[in-house]
Amino acid sequence: METLAAILIGLLAGSGALLLLRGGLFRILLGLALLAQAANLLVFTAAGLGRGDTAIIAEGSETLPADHPDPLAQALVLTAIVISFGSLAFCLVLLKKTRARIGAAGVPALANTES
Amino acid sequence: MMPVDPLAPAILVLLFFLSAVLAPALSKRFGFPPTLWCLVPGATFVVLLSGSGPVWQGAIPRASVPWAPELGLAWDLWLSPAGLLLALLVSGMGTLVVIYAAAYLQGSDRLGRFLGILFLFSGSMMGIAVTENALVLFVFWELTSIASYLLIGHFHEKAESRKSALDALLITAGGGVVLLAGFILLGEITGTYRIGGWIEAAETIRSHPLYAAAFLCIAFGAFTKSAQVPFHFWLPGAMAAPAPVSAYLHSATMVKLGVFLLAILHPVLGGTPLWHDTLVGFGAVTMVWGALVAMVQTDLKHLLAFSTVSALGTLTMLLGMEHVLSVKVAVLFFIVHALYKGALFMVAGALEKGTGTREIGQLRGLMRRFPALGIAAVAAAFSMSGLPPFVGFIAKELLYEVKLATPAVGMALLVAGIVANAANVVVALKVGVLPFLGEPRGEGPQNLKPTKIGFWIGPVLLGSGSLVFGLFPHAILGGPVEAVVTQIAAEDVAVQLKLWHGLNLVLLLSAITVLGGVGLFAMRRRLSRYGNLLRDATMWSGVTLFRSGLAGFLTGAGVITRTIQSGRLHTYLAVIFSVAVAGLIAAWWRSGYVLTLPSRGEVRTDVLLTLLFVAVAAIAVLRCRRRMTAVLILGCLGFGIAVFFALHGAPDLAITQILVETLTLLLFALALYGLPAMREERRAGVPRAIAVPLAIAVGLAFTFLTLKAFDVQLAEPVSIAHAAKSLTEAHGRNVVNVILVDFRALDTLGEITVLMIAALGVSAMLGHARSPFPAERLGTSPVLSASARYTAPAMLVFSIYLLLRGHNDPGGGFIGGLVAAMSAILVHLARPSAPLRVFALSAPALMVLGLATAALSGLPGLISGDGYLAALWGGEIALPAVGKVKLGTPLLFDIGVYLVVAGVVLLLYGAMEGRRAAENSEPSPSPLS
Repeated sequence: METLAAILIGLLAGSGALLLLRGGLFRILLGLALLAQAANLLVFTAAGLGRGDTAIIAEGSETLPADHPDPLAQALVLTAIVISFGSLAFCLVLLKKTRARIGAAGVPALANTES
Repeated sequence: MMPVDPLAPAILVLLFFLSAVLAPALSKRFGFPPTLWCLVPGATFVVLLSGSGPVWQGAIPRASVPWAPELGLAWDLWLSPAGLLLALLVSGMGTLVVIYAAAYLQGSDRLGRFLGILFLFSGSMMGIAVTENALVLFVFWELTSIASYLLIGHFHEKAESRKSALDALLITAGGGVVLLAGFILLGEITGTYRIGGWIEAAETIRSHPLYAAAFLCIAFGAFTKSAQVPFHFWLPGAMAAPAPVSAYLHSATMVKLGVFLLAILHPVLGGTPLWHDTLVGFGAVTMVWGALVAMVQTDLKHLLAFSTVSALGTLTMLLGMEHVLSVKVAVLFFIVHALYKGALFMVAGALEKGTGTREIGQLRGLMRRFPALGIAAVAAAFSMSGLPPFVGFIAKELLYEVKLATPAVGMALLVAGIVANAANVVVALKVGVLPFLGEPRGEGPQNLKPTKIGFWIGPVLLGSGSLVFGLFPHAILGGPVEAVVTQIAAEDVAVQLKLWHGLNLVLLLSAITVLGGVGLFAMRRRLSRYGNLLRDATMWSGVTLFRSGLAGFLTGAGVITRTIQSGRLHTYLAVIFSVAVAGLIAAWWRSGYVLTLPSRGEVRTDVLLTLLFVAVAAIAVLRCRRRMTAVLILGCLGFGIAVFFALHGAPDLAITQILVETLTLLLFALALYGLPAMREERRAGVPRAIAVPLAIAVGLAFTFLTLKAFDVQLAEPVSIAHAAKSLTEAHGRNVVNVILVDFRALDTLGEITVLMIAALGVSAMLGHARSPFPAERLGTSPVLSASARYTAPAMLVFSIYLLLRGHNDPGGGFIGGLVAAMSAILVHLARPSAPLRVFALSAPALMVLGLATAALSGLPGLISGDGYLAALWGGEIALPAVGKVKLGTPLLFDIGVYLVVAGVVLLLYGAMEGRRAAENSEPSPSPLS
């Protein structure tokens, strides 16, 4: 199962990279979103995929069962999801402003904006 | 006489630095007369002189002030005879220069600043004189270069001043860096940075393979500082400085530093053919070249500058000859030159003030106007020409004597010396005598300021010094010169100084020199034709070459920068990806790691279908040609991942993911206005042949990284400890939430801060474009309006429920905050005129309040001594629906997270919606259509 998940992560990251390398402004944004998903999944999967139990201590128990999913990875991914949302919004606005500045010329025109 | 306290020099150095700070501060207040600042160097001079007795007798007081003991760095102080001589020169000349500068720059609003830098310079010079630790000495050395830069650029409104200042800085400070390399080599060879230690280890150093490298580095530093050909050109350029600076730094003190350093390091590095050849070679060439070029200058200060170059060459050559006699001449000449050259520079500056010109051709008949200056100038010029009874005569006699005493190279040097000295006679006559002869020309003096005492007291004192020293040489200079020569030559020497050596060969040579000089002076008009040729040649000499080299260097750096920093986003990304992938491959290669696939385990159909769904969605995003479709597919992909999370025991993640995907969709929809349609975008990325393999490599890297991370278990997962403590110590069953708000609360605090910064960035970029009367949006659904009235408050209540129960069940601050923000957005979508608020708080207020709550919730732990953000728990309360809630600082922290997240989302939404409303004040199609 983990192997399949790893392949999916590779697919997501590869698609993201391709969009970043080849795309115009909008596709770059899509590529960023895909890359962010891939990174989140990577952290989640790398910690090991559980059997479906949650990281919540059952009533009457003191701790998680032996084969529990990793709560630390989940905590990391949880904040990562929210932060990637924030950064995506930031990039979205950056893109809008860039677009307003360079017009229809597209990404190559970015090279001439520093002066 | 009182012996000098070993620490006194350090206090004197600090006194100068203190004055450097005070002089600019006091200059404009309290009517503090600037001339009084001469008391600082003056008192220093007196203190040093009164304590100098034991030093001249050979006692060297030493002390050490710890500076950075953990680096083994200490300010080692010593008062050696050579250092004392330099310190006396610096403080004595400094006294006169301050008086002179106060007159020269009278009325200038930059006088305070000028004096401040002057004291910075004097302090650094004093530091060099009394410091034994080479590293500390280097610091002072570079400080003098910086002070010199600032002083040359005093008239910074003139472009030539700035350029000359920069030339001087680059040459001398650059030389200083090479000097440091030399010091470090010596430090590595001997294991100490004390010059005394080096002297003890001199034999080891001279036979060490790195000796040549160390010597050449140090010689380079000394030669740049002391303006040896071919590094000399910065010195004539430095004449752009005000006259007091030329008299002080660029004739008497700073330019002598190179010579001083070579002198005190002679016991360490001297006595080898390399030392001899290098110093004599550079010194002799500099001596002759400087004198010849000086002879044909027409600008008073340039004349003096080139003759200073010549004098510095003479000093270097004398140190290179390594005869006891030559060292003695060098020491004497060191003093003599400071006396006459300082005086002549002051005279030149005064004449410029008086007449407005420095062109020799226009200066005549000034004796009547400025008699004191004239007398001083003539005295200095006679000393420079080597006429008796001035002290310059003694120096020149000895100069010839030493050349006669070392016949091997002596004869060639003797001829060179006679040429240089004859040229010096011409220079002396042109500067010191010619302007005062004859009848006034042209309009005469423009102002009579130089008749004031401040202008002539310095030259007169220096000029009479030349005379008095010449009449009583042994009584005044015998002891000091003997001590310094003993130190430099590292052997006991008895020095006898007398004015009259009797009628001998040396006197004959002196006479020939003077007559030759006078003859050349008389023929100066005829010589001027050759002079012009030489001057044209020297204009090209160093400055032009250096500046064009510098410009070429900058151009080259620009080309390299523009090549690397192309500004092409796609190229940057390709480089980043390539480097990352290459790094991974290299690490893998080195480790020899063999990948083992994780055991297959059972393949769950539900998970398999989810993965397939996500994969298909990813490919669809890749191939999609419409913006809105792409965004929707991206949302589907996110929901698929949420399902994946849910299937693997991560309900918190699943909920968060769903909420975030919803909000992302909303923001994209708002932002799509004004974004380029994908089809009309020009494709200009990395060529497909590169992009596709690179993207595949990135994908493979991610896959292998995941498998490898899964495979490698370096240590017991920390989450086991987290799980064990979660309920017992942190009173929470939902371990994920406990980690977020308790175990790793500091991380979370950082993360919500990052979120807030992102939101503020968005807000700053979009500005407050909100139109005061937002138009009711077309197509606002009546059903939405009606239902929002009930659903929105319910969502808000639900968000609080999620927040409170989060410690034990899925939920918490992040999720609650997202839901709260969505309830406000729902209200806004239904009624666009309604303000965007949660609990009557605007977005910025929410964020600030939230961050403050989260940050302050850590203080109780800090106060109780457990550390910042350590949890403190109180009692338990029972709430309807939620159940029992344990009160404590983590709950407060979670509330802070809740508020920040809600505020961030609202700010993002508000900024984008406001911008959209402003861009589309006229009704336009709904973004979803």
